Amino acid sequence: MNGRTLYHALVLGAFCLGFGTLLATTDLLTADEIKLRQVEDLQASLGQVIPASIHDNNPVNDAIVMKNEEGKEITIYRATRGGRVTGVAYELLGSGYGGEIRLLLGVDGDGKILGVRATEHRETPGLGDKIDVAKTDWILRFTGLSLGAPPADKWKVKKDGGQFDQFSGATITPRGVVSAIRSGLEFFAAHKTQMLEVH
Amino acid sequence: MADSYSRIIKDGLWENNGVLCQMLGMCPTMAMTTSATNGLGMGLATAFVMATSNLLIAALRGYITQEVRIPVYILIIAAMVTLVDLSLNAYMHELYKVLGLFIPLIVSNCLPLGRAEVYASKEPVLPSFLDGVFMGLGFTASLTVIGACREIVGSGTLFADAHLLLGPVFSFLETRVLPADTGILVVVLPPGGFLATGLLLSLKRILDIRAGKPIRLAGAHSV
Repeated sequence: MNGRTLYHALVLGAFCLGFGTLLATTDLLTADEIKLRQVEDLQASLGQVIPASIHDNNPVNDAIVMKNEEGKEITIYRATRGGRVTGVAYELLGSGYGGEIRLLLGVDGDGKILGVRATEHRETPGLGDKIDVAKTDWILRFTGLSLGAPPADKWKVKKDGGQFDQFSGATITPRGVVSAIRSGLEFFAAHKTQMLEVH
Repeated sequence: MADSYSRIIKDGLWENNGVLCQMLGMCPTMAMTTSATNGLGMGLATAFVMATSNLLIAALRGYITQEVRIPVYILIIAAMVTLVDLSLNAYMHELYKVLGLFIPLIVSNCLPLGRAEVYASKEPVLPSFLDGVFMGLGFTASLTVIGACREIVGSGTLFADAHLLLGPVFSFLETRVLPADTGILVVVLPPGGFLATGLLLSLKRILDIRAGKPIRLAGAHSV
């Protein structure tokens, strides 16, 4: 009986070893390609929130890591032109109806929004997913705005007395996005010097 | 022999269709059919995994002992899924962005495991491979049809974003059936998955009854 158990264990072990080797080889072969694709993805989304005209560097390669108020590390991608920082982009987390909404925010040196995009979300199709630029251009209205314009108490959806449209049937999603963008701008205001400092 | 191959094809595509008759793999069937394109993509990825895992299991069936067969099948299926996941990510990245989230789910799909146990563990390599291919294609067809119904009623489009899955050549498939914003939202939401799948299952039953076939319980094999 023990001999048979050992035999089964050996069979299973041999299969694990064989397929483990196969997977390790595949991982080895594809790892570099996958890393390249990730950099391309990041570059493509950074390109949407930082106009090409304001920088002559590659923001992917000019990243600094900072900590926000909650102690979470945030990577700041910096656009520079002639050695001067002309804009930064970083990720924001908003809370929507379907969970976390990931946003990418681009801000210029004066704290004005260069662009913002929802990069990942699980909002309801047809309702909350209107924040996605592939569905509607709702999120484009933030371009050019800053903390002073509109004033801080107007950085809300209309239902809460602010100036941003909610969608019919969906208030939670735009509310989460607006408040995430506002705190993103506050983060910029608080750490401006450090972000724009030339290393 | 030719007769048994045509049996495999008929069984996989219609007579013993994975979704409509065996009622296996219902999780991706309902989760991934919010559009025809999603259903097609998920189906094709599953078909590939089923074909390769059936092939490997049939080829190695002499070495797999009865007692450890289930872990070995799962190991082989999971390895094939990871292989697909990594290669799609590296070489077909646009497609991966559409399907990426759902590919790991294939491991938990009972259909590949079911075919491994029922078919590939007993039959030679070539029929097992074909069984995987056609069971997979039957699964793909069911998912595409359910996805198409839900997409038309729910979003008013058909094969939206097909070019992301199949390449720009297939962008002619993308059509708008109903005017924008007239779709019935609930059909694209999770309850719609149950409704559409249920209706399609009933339709298949009606066709079977019309054809005078004996009613079989889900997953059972005629005695």
